[in-house]
Amino acid sequence: MSDHDHDHHGHHHHHDHSELSETELRVRALESILTEKGYVDPAALDLLIDLYEKKIGPRNGVRVVAKAWSDPAYHERLMKDATAAIAELDYSGRQGEHMVVVENTPEQHNMVVCTLCSCYPHPVLGLPPVWYKSAPYRSRAVSDPRGVLKDFGVTLPDTTKIRVWDSTAEIRYLVLPMRPAGTEGWSAEQLAELVTRDSMIGTGLPKQPGEAA
Amino acid sequence: MDGAHDMGGAKGFGPVVPEPNEPVFHADWERRAFALTVAMARPGGWNIDMSRFARENRPPEDYLSKSYFELWLAGLETLMIERGLVTREEVEAGKVLSPPKPGVKPIAPNEVTPAIRRGGPTEREAKAPAMFAIGDTVRMKNIHPVTHTRLPQYVRGHLGTIELNRGCHVFPDTNSLGQGEDPQWLYTVRFDGPELWGKDGDPTLSVSVDAWESYLERA
Repeated sequence: MSDHDHDHHGHHHHHDHSELSETELRVRALESILTEKGYVDPAALDLLIDLYEKKIGPRNGVRVVAKAWSDPAYHERLMKDATAAIAELDYSGRQGEHMVVVENTPEQHNMVVCTLCSCYPHPVLGLPPVWYKSAPYRSRAVSDPRGVLKDFGVTLPDTTKIRVWDSTAEIRYLVLPMRPAGTEGWSAEQLAELVTRDSMIGTGLPKQPGEAA
Repeated sequence: MDGAHDMGGAKGFGPVVPEPNEPVFHADWERRAFALTVAMARPGGWNIDMSRFARENRPPEDYLSKSYFELWLAGLETLMIERGLVTREEVEAGKVLSPPKPGVKPIAPNEVTPAIRRGGPTEREAKAPAMFAIGDTVRMKNIHPVTHTRLPQYVRGHLGTIELNRGCHVFPDTNSLGQGEDPQWLYTVRFDGPELWGKDGDPTLSVSVDAWESYLERA
């Protein structure tokens, strides 16, 4: 790490040190080592980051849900073979190889967690948010999901059954929330405005017609 | 292994704190650590189960004090050091001190999108019929391997119902050790809240895990 500091404008050494955390320096140095050894191509890293920041995100899942809400034949295909139905919209691959869609009903609310790490359906939701990977969520989602929902400001009727899916294998779950009332005749584009990321994890509900931006 | 990563049902971690308008990454080093980890898997020659084990196999205080991408970074360093791609001294010094391992080919930019779009499917052809049928009651084995497993502690010893058969999938317990894929039937097994959490468990709750056949015994 000392070499790295030297490269970094001399007399501001101590100042720089407080601005760049030890981890920041460690990652930079590691990337230099791996590049110099010829194991990675930095241009490939840039592309990977770009993919996950710009192309792979919850917007994709929103399209899936809005289409399922507005197209009964698609809804049927999605429930039967989610991987294939999602691929119809051109979303596939890493951490979404084996997709399953679980549908909320007035009787049952679904919630998805990975208690062991951070398994999450990347092609439709992107990388998981910090809270999804955090100890509070991973510990409590399976034992106290109503308490977790309260943390998100969501209260379900006492009679609604709660089903939690712990993603312990390579099956990746996407929640299909209930289509809000009062949206009869809405297009897929209009419906998409109501779908939130959290509603596709099961820690939130879709927006109501008046709430859409 | 029964490590700090196996969090289901643990107490004392406090409330879940959602972050409004959360960015994908919170610092530039997170971007690079993520990309390095994804890009090194193929040249490094490890699989997803090996990388999960490299992240979780550490003392609880270390696991719990590291942020998510700090764990990724630590896991990546371990995987590379184990395979002689870099040395511990190089990682600590932050500079190259030894020649590269021969024959390691990086992911080229034009390979990135196809590789991500392809992913790594884990379903394999079945070699034997499934032992359990949908609706069967099963007991999760009470096992405590010191190596990688995907059977969480909170379901071990408990009774569940086979709800779905997901096909034959690569078995993480052997795959993480480089002992082969040993594909096994994978089932979605459902448990009632009170079965897992006792008489005070939420009776409206059911929880499922996806469990490989060798995690199960007939009840």
